[in-house]
Amino acid sequence: MSPISPSFSAQSLTCHRGGRTLFRQLSFDLAAGSLLEVVGPNGSGKTTLLRILSGLRTPDEGRVLWGNQPIAEAEDDFSENLSFIGVQSGLKRELTPIENLAFSLSLARTSRLTPEQALQALRLCPFADIPCQRLSTGQNRRVALARLLMLGSPLWILDEPLTGLDTDSRIDFERAMFAHAEQGGIVVLTTHHPITDPQSALRRLELV
Amino acid sequence: MGMLAAFTGVIRRDLRLSLRHRGDLAMALLFFVIVVCLFPLGTRPEAGLLARYAPAILWVAALLSTLLTLERLFRSDFEDGSLEQMLLSPYPTPWLMLAKLLAHWLSTGLLLVLAAPILALILGLPAKVIPILLLSLLLGTPILSLIGAIGMALTVGLPRGGMLLALLVLPLYAPVLIFGANSVSAAVDGLPVQGPMLLLAAMLVLALTLAPFAIAAALRVSVE
Repeated sequence: MSPISPSFSAQSLTCHRGGRTLFRQLSFDLAAGSLLEVVGPNGSGKTTLLRILSGLRTPDEGRVLWGNQPIAEAEDDFSENLSFIGVQSGLKRELTPIENLAFSLSLARTSRLTPEQALQALRLCPFADIPCQRLSTGQNRRVALARLLMLGSPLWILDEPLTGLDTDSRIDFERAMFAHAEQGGIVVLTTHHPITDPQSALRRLELV
Repeated sequence: MGMLAAFTGVIRRDLRLSLRHRGDLAMALLFFVIVVCLFPLGTRPEAGLLARYAPAILWVAALLSTLLTLERLFRSDFEDGSLEQMLLSPYPTPWLMLAKLLAHWLSTGLLLVLAAPILALILGLPAKVIPILLLSLLLGTPILSLIGAIGMALTVGLPRGGMLLALLVLPLYAPVLIFGANSVSAAVDGLPVQGPMLLLAAMLVLALTLAPFAIAAALRVSVE
């Protein structure tokens, strides 16, 4: 975890897509330890918002700040602190979970767990050497989540992380997310089913 | 976990993926062989005719089969989200892309270079110019990968970018073809080959230094 307590904020973000305004003048401020759940119907711009927040897409107006710096300028410092899981998990089907995690590790500057420990945390050890294409959707999703635990970046941006998970894995993962926030991390995620909230750290942002 | 570890990490991953798709490697190579072998069938069996055109035939075939392999470069990474992960890595994207291209060349261009001498002999190219042919391909095929990757990076977001890719990339391959094939032809005629060879080398240096930046920029546009 980075020694400085992180802060992540959006300032008057506006995004148009296909002649439609997805959101206008969207602002929020997330201090260390907060969770933001973005909800809304299909096509309301949840994924687009997350891609803007992670720097993959530039907003039509407004900016995203990491600390006090716009992420476009703080590029290295920001990406070093960010873990992003998109709609696609970013795993290679032909590679095994352990090979996938080892590759993610080589792309990162810091990490908290070894690939083996991360797989263990999500009860994936029996599948460590099976190519991901022979694992189920939910298991693949868990491998992607194992990557989060392995890297331990302060900021998590997750697009539908709970899709395809069974009840046990879902509870495990929610627990991991709240633990991450308790340790001073920040989580931004989209979901279809609102997550159960054991603490007040969770904020909800509704897109229409 | 440093710059170098990221570089070798990308190479190791891509080579491993190539090995798990050995069929694809064989196909590009087979395509190269077949295109070259079609020429003797389509020309008159006149002495020396094929040998005269052999440099051009080999080079055009190498160029076309490189074009076929470009699709593999970014398409699957784009579809499964691992391209996003690379773009979001704290290491510079051009640096990671250079690693990707090195792995791509090792698993495609290098194979073409290795197959070329046999095909050259089939076409009747004098054995003494084969070292020149090899050198020209060694310098030229990486340029083909680098330029092709720019086109692929631009079209990876399009649903059917294949044709557009060919139209985009083939004209840019012209200078490489001209100097590559000419250096071999010059060697056949006993003329000095230094000139075209140095120009090829210069193009390679230029492509190595500029293409990774162009690829990174194009990929950023494509993932938006």
